[in-house]
Amino acid sequence: MAHRAQPVIGRTGTLAGGFVVAVVALSFAGLGLRAEVGRGLGPAEWAAIRFTVVQSAWSAVISVICAIPLARALARRRFWGRGALITLLGAPFILPVIVAVLGLLTVFGRTGWVNEVLGTLGLPGLSIYGLHGVVLAHVFFNLPLATRLLLQGWQSIPAERFRLAAQLDLPPAMIRRTLEYPLLLQVVPGAAALIFVICLTSFAVALTLGGGPRATTIELAIYQAFRFDFDLARASLLSLIQLVLAGSAALIVLWIIPDFPLTAGLDRKLRRWDARGGVHRALDAGIIALGSAFLLLPLMAILLAGLLGLPEMPSVVWQAAGNSLGVAVLSIVVLLAIALPMAGWISTRRAGGAEAIGLIGLSASPLMIGTGWFILINPVADPVPLALPVTALINALMALPFALRVLVPPMRDVLTTYDRLTRSLGLQGWPAWRWLVLPRLRAQIGFAAGLTGALSVGDLGVIALFADPDRATLPLQMYRLMGAYRTEAAAGAALLLLAMALGLFWICDKGARWRAEV
Amino acid sequence: MRRTLLATTLLLATQAGADTSVLTVYAGDYFTSEWGPGPKIEAGFEEICNCDLQFSTGDLLPRLLLEGERTKADVVIGLTSDVTAKARATGLFAPHGQDNAALTLPIDWGDDTFLPFNYGHTAFIYNETTMDAPPASFDALLEMDDDIKLVIQDPRTSISGLALVLWVEAVYGEKAGEVWTKLAPKILTVTKDWSASYGMFTDGEVDMVLSYTTSPAYHMFAEEDFTKKAAIFPEGHYFMVETVAKIAKTDAPELADAFMAYVLSTGFQQMIPTANWSLPSALPEDQWPDGWAQLPLPEKVLFYSEEEAESRKDQAIETWRTALSQ
Repeated sequence: MAHRAQPVIGRTGTLAGGFVVAVVALSFAGLGLRAEVGRGLGPAEWAAIRFTVVQSAWSAVISVICAIPLARALARRRFWGRGALITLLGAPFILPVIVAVLGLLTVFGRTGWVNEVLGTLGLPGLSIYGLHGVVLAHVFFNLPLATRLLLQGWQSIPAERFRLAAQLDLPPAMIRRTLEYPLLLQVVPGAAALIFVICLTSFAVALTLGGGPRATTIELAIYQAFRFDFDLARASLLSLIQLVLAGSAALIVLWIIPDFPLTAGLDRKLRRWDARGGVHRALDAGIIALGSAFLLLPLMAILLAGLLGLPEMPSVVWQAAGNSLGVAVLSIVVLLAIALPMAGWISTRRAGGAEAIGLIGLSASPLMIGTGWFILINPVADPVPLALPVTALINALMALPFALRVLVPPMRDVLTTYDRLTRSLGLQGWPAWRWLVLPRLRAQIGFAAGLTGALSVGDLGVIALFADPDRATLPLQMYRLMGAYRTEAAAGAALLLLAMALGLFWICDKGARWRAEV
Repeated sequence: MRRTLLATTLLLATQAGADTSVLTVYAGDYFTSEWGPGPKIEAGFEEICNCDLQFSTGDLLPRLLLEGERTKADVVIGLTSDVTAKARATGLFAPHGQDNAALTLPIDWGDDTFLPFNYGHTAFIYNETTMDAPPASFDALLEMDDDIKLVIQDPRTSISGLALVLWVEAVYGEKAGEVWTKLAPKILTVTKDWSASYGMFTDGEVDMVLSYTTSPAYHMFAEEDFTKKAAIFPEGHYFMVETVAKIAKTDAPELADAFMAYVLSTGFQQMIPTANWSLPSALPEDQWPDGWAQLPLPEKVLFYSEEEAESRKDQAIETWRTALSQ
């Protein structure tokens, strides 16, 4: 492509990007108002920074490496329950950490299922605690995301290309080189950067599965500085370091992504003539089975514990579920209002540097953004009634990078492919959205909305800082139950949360793809 | 529907404002859930005060520090002894005005600002069906087989975790580093908060969990499960207390004073054990609810004053971190 696509989208994209920057920057300004000179960073903090980078890098690399065969197998196969399986595989991503940790331990823990099986076979048990445990947990969380992003990439290769490859009788190695590798090069770095950034802010998971203070992350140091020492200067400084790490990772990766424009196909159903053989089938089936077992067994543990706990669950949990649903819907609306214009803006730029803006909401500690805004709001208004809207806004910001990752590549394709047509028709602004972009992106929009809603339901968020008793969200209520010894009831609440998050995701995802091929 | 809700809330708020005065009580997050002590305290106090008690929950100290002079609180309930130094330094609090002689704590309490309303001690909890030879002393805990696994909380993020490092400090002093080195192979992992640790214990992932001497009471009285026990050590157990305090610039000083008096009343104190799963601060043992006096409690209680805890804390945490990072 010799020229860039025209900005059919208008100025709203820059506005949305500016809004995101403003939300984060103002919160830091708020923190700055109250920060006094603290004790600065000591060796403990530097150790935390090193560990954070190491575990995030491993988690990102391994998640993506595992996701490639899984996504490939899922892209090549059509089987009964495939759609449901793909939705279900996404569940770990939205679980509250404490639920996921207990689920993982039921399977991989010292007395977990895996070790029980190994024990009966007379084999030595394995310990999950250590760096490998941290990585295992992060792969559990992020493999679904990586798989989903890759799968989407695979499905963006027009079916006609594979048809052509089959007609030319290209061997599998050739198909890989001409079709799949360029695609991977396009999707993998972005997915890896995203997972790297998510893992940067990991805290309770890293500590618990890391086996102790060796596994101290930056986010833990932020929490400690804020919650225990009330050293806002140190907390903000650490938060800024987190932001810089995330930003640099994003910039490096987004700059190296090669330009790989795909021409449009006729949206035909995908068929893979190259993978019809028995060996291929068996291999794909094995990979799907293995991936599903890894992701679904801990979910099964959560389901079993939750079913036992459901009758114990007090009725206020339902009220909290209502609050969470409200927050989730609000998050979806906010997210779409920011993400769509931003995606449009980013798609018209050649290099993806602007996408890094989307990452700052995720990489800035939600605790710090919430606190910054509390400081800003407090002099002019009572922050407590704003707890739920602020939570919704921060949840939307956290979901923004995922939404952009999903929306930008297809939007870029649409804009470049239909560039000449839109120019000759003079299609711009809202009509361009209405007739060109939205219909072609509805699957991705639904996915982004569903992901935001699900994340929002599962996230404890900033509400813990200043919640009214009546405004508790479902995760908060679940933590309260756990804190009051009511572990079984909490497991019930966790199951409700899981069901709600998945349900919300399914409705958005399925609704948007209604009458469209997966 | 939202509009109706808003209208109703406004209406109720106006009515409350017209008829009765409001006492705003800041409380820890767990406090006001229906299984916490909040609702019972609210009902009990409203019976005698002709007022409306409103709880506002959240992360207590950070919120107070952020709000400063603008705080809406009249009373703050739930500040633990490890944060009272920082809370006191804000200058937001007034003397509690109650007679400390009414307290029945195992230690002397001379603080005239922060009034204890419940207490407990750190302890390791085990399940007697899976552990037939629990350690009889802290020394014995250190000498246990390394196959016996413990889970503890992080002193940098959790109050009970901090109490543990102060406990080790109080028992072993200079030798704390060696103690942690001995404990390290037995510590399966460290969690951010108490909930995750306790969940791991009830799931059977660990043999012992760092919790409170009162934890078995929950299992006994709420679940009729008598298998969970606290290992009592003759070296002593670290004392943990939760306090209530009055904001100096409260716009309802009489109500706040009445609330402080209510905290020491028999009605409040008798409700604390089963509502908060901890021991009452001002109630002779013979008036404790049925069965509570039989709960095994330590003879010796260890406690650092506010200043001492503050001065030892950082070094104690660093010793812990270094030993466990090996």
